[in-house]
Amino acid sequence: MSTASEFRAVSLTPEDVNKLCALARLEIGPDEVADLSAKLSDIVRLVDELQAQDTDGVEPMAHPLERPQRLRPDAVSETDARDLYQANAPRVEQGLYLVPKVIE
Amino acid sequence: MHDKTLTELSEGLAAKQFSARELTEHYLARIEQLDADLNAFVTVTAEQALAQADVADARRAGGDATPLTGIPIAHKDIFCTTGVRTSCGSRMLDNFVSPYSATVVARLEDAGAVMLGKTNMDEFAMGSSNETSYYGPVRNPWNLECVPGGSSGGSAAAVAAGLCSGATGTDTGGSIRQPAALTGLTGLKPTYGRASRYGMIAFASSLDQAGTLTRSASDAAHLMQAMAGFDAHDSTSLDDAVPDYLAELDSPWEQLRIGVPENFFDEGLDAENAAAVRESLDVFERLGATIKPLQLAHVHLSVPVYYVVAPAEASSNLSRYDGVRFGHRADDVDDLIDLYQRTRAEGFGAEVKRRILTGTYVLSAGYFDAYYLQAQKVRQLIAGDFHRAFAEVDLVAGPTTPTPAFRIGQKVDDPIQMYLNDIYTIGANLAGLPAMSIPCGFVDGLPVGLQLIAPHLMEGRLLKAAHRFQRETDWHRRVPERYA
Repeated sequence: MSTASEFRAVSLTPEDVNKLCALARLEIGPDEVADLSAKLSDIVRLVDELQAQDTDGVEPMAHPLERPQRLRPDAVSETDARDLYQANAPRVEQGLYLVPKVIE
Repeated sequence: MHDKTLTELSEGLAAKQFSARELTEHYLARIEQLDADLNAFVTVTAEQALAQADVADARRAGGDATPLTGIPIAHKDIFCTTGVRTSCGSRMLDNFVSPYSATVVARLEDAGAVMLGKTNMDEFAMGSSNETSYYGPVRNPWNLECVPGGSSGGSAAAVAAGLCSGATGTDTGGSIRQPAALTGLTGLKPTYGRASRYGMIAFASSLDQAGTLTRSASDAAHLMQAMAGFDAHDSTSLDDAVPDYLAELDSPWEQLRIGVPENFFDEGLDAENAAAVRESLDVFERLGATIKPLQLAHVHLSVPVYYVVAPAEASSNLSRYDGVRFGHRADDVDDLIDLYQRTRAEGFGAEVKRRILTGTYVLSAGYFDAYYLQAQKVRQLIAGDFHRAFAEVDLVAGPTTPTPAFRIGQKVDDPIQMYLNDIYTIGANLAGLPAMSIPCGFVDGLPVGLQLIAPHLMEGRLLKAAHRFQRETDWHRRVPERYA
């Protein structure tokens, strides 16, 4: 990927797209890469318009109504509903979610 | 009965002109008969609807009714519904049966509303045409060759075709207002935090808000009255008191000052669409409002800000779809990484993938400050423009969309053209402001909308202005001939 100082006329190469797909855990077919790099480049060029705006001294928005995040008491509010939730799970056994072997 | 507004149906139920069961059977029959072309519903819950209707009739007979008791509505399939599939328009959740209901759904159910089913939508609410749905495009009841807008396109088409009396929607960048404009409906996106986001499948959490698609402002007031309010389950829910929206509709009319952003009427806006909007402002002027031109200096940056903030939040929110706990899971995988990658490749459609990858890009190491932080700073500037405007005017008004409905397939392969549909609506989301679209005319037989934007928590002012406009005009009473 280009560096942060080289925003103008940025375009994403097929290598960039493959790297992003790996980061986002998305498998991508070889036939999809060219179209995706063209479209993502268009999107990045669209958002690059932001770089020209002077934002010195501007606080980034944290909440549109400037309200603080509310905290709740650290108290138990839900009871166990494992069977209900696991009814949607693709594979479970004895209350555990099954995944492919992760330790060789 | 389907030509009546929700408000009129409520009066009819109260006057015992028909029962909730008769009304529900009527809408279910229309869905059965007419939805094959429209594709507005993903799931129809006929049995549950009739059971709810019987409960509503009993409640009415027992004198325990709210105005919504027995009113048949539909929910966008982004809202979780206990025991009913909640797909979010995605293959990823095609098999997901929610173990709980969204607060918005629960509140409408408590009020006695009858759920007819779940409406089609752009996948994960990412789209402006309803063409990104796993369940296929929704068609516009005004012209079946055209899109109904999106992402709440199924809700919009269902209400416009008289398949339900009103529907819920969500609006992250215009997803209620844009389809409302394109189908001749009244669409309300409330203040950020006014309605709970609990159980509403997350797209961009700092922008998402639940609202309504209805035939009139009065109908919207009825639904919002039940939907709005504090919810401890949503950490961004506002705990401000909910006003009596219905009482506000007909409260004495003040001299409204309406600001019109001149930069909303640039070369991107269709000339006839612009003319319809200008004429609707004349209606407000005849009602005694003062129309004042204004400039929103940074609003042209709304689309770039949105396409950093929304994909960034989406890439984070959608990381939960991994094939382990719920939803789609790929078969015959090699290892855990392969499970994630193939599950997500199979479960998500093209537009959702683009947004995830855009979000991954703008959040990646070395890019965060230049994209996400810069976008949140420009977002502050855009919000500041609105706050300054509201020091001088009571409402901001302009077009909802640049053009009337476009043809199915016309923009689907050009994301940038699709994104520009939301150029006028995104600002209200970025600033967390309540906004509406109301029907204000037709261009080539297709409806167009007037957008009204109000200061934070001023939904009552919006609804009242829209209601007054709808007493002077009949654009909102027009129905497509095929569905009359």
